[in-house]
Amino acid sequence: MPAKKLQTPTSSGLSVRDGDALLLVGTMKGLFLFASRPGRGRWAMAGPFFPGSSVYGAAFDARAGRKRIWAAPSSMHWGAELAWSDDFGKSWKRPEVPLVRFPESSGAALKNIWQIAPGRASEPDTLCCGVEPAALFESRDAGETWQLNAGLWGHPHREKWQPGGGGLALHTILVDPTDEGRITIAISTGGVYRTDDGGRTWEARNRGVRAEYFPDPNPEFGQCVHKVVQHRAKPGRLFLQNHWGLYRSDDGGDTWTDIANGVPSDFGFCMGIHPQDPDIAYIVPLHSDMFRCTPDGKLRVYRTRDAGKSWQPLTRGLPQKNALETVIRDAMAVDSFDPAGIYFGTRSGKLYGSRDEGRSWTLLQEGLPPIVCVKAAVVANSRAKKGVATSHAKKVVATSHAKKRVGNVRGRARGTAPRKARRKRAA
Amino acid sequence: MAVRFLIPGPLRPFSGGVSSVALSASPATVGDALAALRALHPGLTERVLTEMGDVRPHVNLFVADTNIRDAAGLETRVPDGVEIAILPAVSGG
Repeated sequence: MPAKKLQTPTSSGLSVRDGDALLLVGTMKGLFLFASRPGRGRWAMAGPFFPGSSVYGAAFDARAGRKRIWAAPSSMHWGAELAWSDDFGKSWKRPEVPLVRFPESSGAALKNIWQIAPGRASEPDTLCCGVEPAALFESRDAGETWQLNAGLWGHPHREKWQPGGGGLALHTILVDPTDEGRITIAISTGGVYRTDDGGRTWEARNRGVRAEYFPDPNPEFGQCVHKVVQHRAKPGRLFLQNHWGLYRSDDGGDTWTDIANGVPSDFGFCMGIHPQDPDIAYIVPLHSDMFRCTPDGKLRVYRTRDAGKSWQPLTRGLPQKNALETVIRDAMAVDSFDPAGIYFGTRSGKLYGSRDEGRSWTLLQEGLPPIVCVKAAVVANSRAKKGVATSHAKKVVATSHAKKRVGNVRGRARGTAPRKARRKRAA
Repeated sequence: MAVRFLIPGPLRPFSGGVSSVALSASPATVGDALAALRALHPGLTERVLTEMGDVRPHVNLFVADTNIRDAAGLETRVPDGVEIAILPAVSGG
């Protein structure tokens, strides 16, 4: 007798207050949400949302009074799309006609959405997303309509970009917080490109970044850049994790300096930068491109506090034997609390967090599907004016997940929460 | 008799929850049938075809028992009253 078919899992959303910490965790089988009071000692979880779809892109947009979670579920069967929730996952809006589509004249079809980036605070209705095949889409009406960036799509280098292991993806978007014309993006494998005129023209910015898989290891473009991070208060400061190589730029990407000083390997994918101190960055080195696992079976986050002159392993709370883990390019995030929280997810479905800037770590959740994206946010106070009302209402499908709660997790961190947070929690 | 699309569970949010959609038009080919379906439920056709108008690689369309990949693709003829099944391929990971 055939077995009874199981129902697709559903999940309710999270109850989140202003000032809470929020994590968006994209996996190969759906999106999970985690929320905590500011002390970040106990986390509640909801998900999976979009079960069965990979979610490489996610973002929280707190501008103009919004509390909007964007997600980019990609179904192997039905394609990739943008969806959003304004109630922390209780319901999701999925436009009938996907928002991000290549125009017919491009001759391309969307494979995946790798990155969603809200724009500057001064432009609360702008958003960008990076997709596969490598292209940038922009919205200037809070996500209602999206346009392909023609300047980058028409770039003469594009024909020579090659797909990396994950595909030919535009996976990093850094909207300069102060310079309204500047956006930096990264492509595997194409390298870093920057516009200084609001997206009309783009120039390769890879001077000093090696490409060891070419006969000429110093090409103008073609580097397999895995991740770039930018400091919000000092936007000229960038750190870059390359396919091989760790770099820093102090001039917005015009030039890059090798900073692989004292790391077990300069191969890796993910990166984080401290929200206050532009000299502090975090990485998870991997053995090599042939092995792509943590060296010596030790799961170690490395941190620099001197802009890459030296790196120190952070291991307290992380397994130091039999831990052959992989952390991929978008699976690390840093929140904006003080002290900062650092989070990363592994391909084996473990989510780790530190609420003391990396000194100690807690396994927040295990048993998740392979983690491909982690985003951290602080839920903003909503006293600002309401966000732009969307007219998607008539043409979207609303999915309610109100039936069942999947589970809760409780963190076991013993780090020191800020005094204010402890008082708040006690209250 | 009307041509009818059979809708798999994951796409029913885009069909108003129903498991089949009958077309009032009499399409000559599968491509015509999908165009008629788009007019009724654009979200369905969008998830069957790419922006380029190709059937997504992990989606199968059967006209009665015939996979259109083994026939004439989107030019496969659609007999009056036939059922066209939209089915996810046995792929995944």
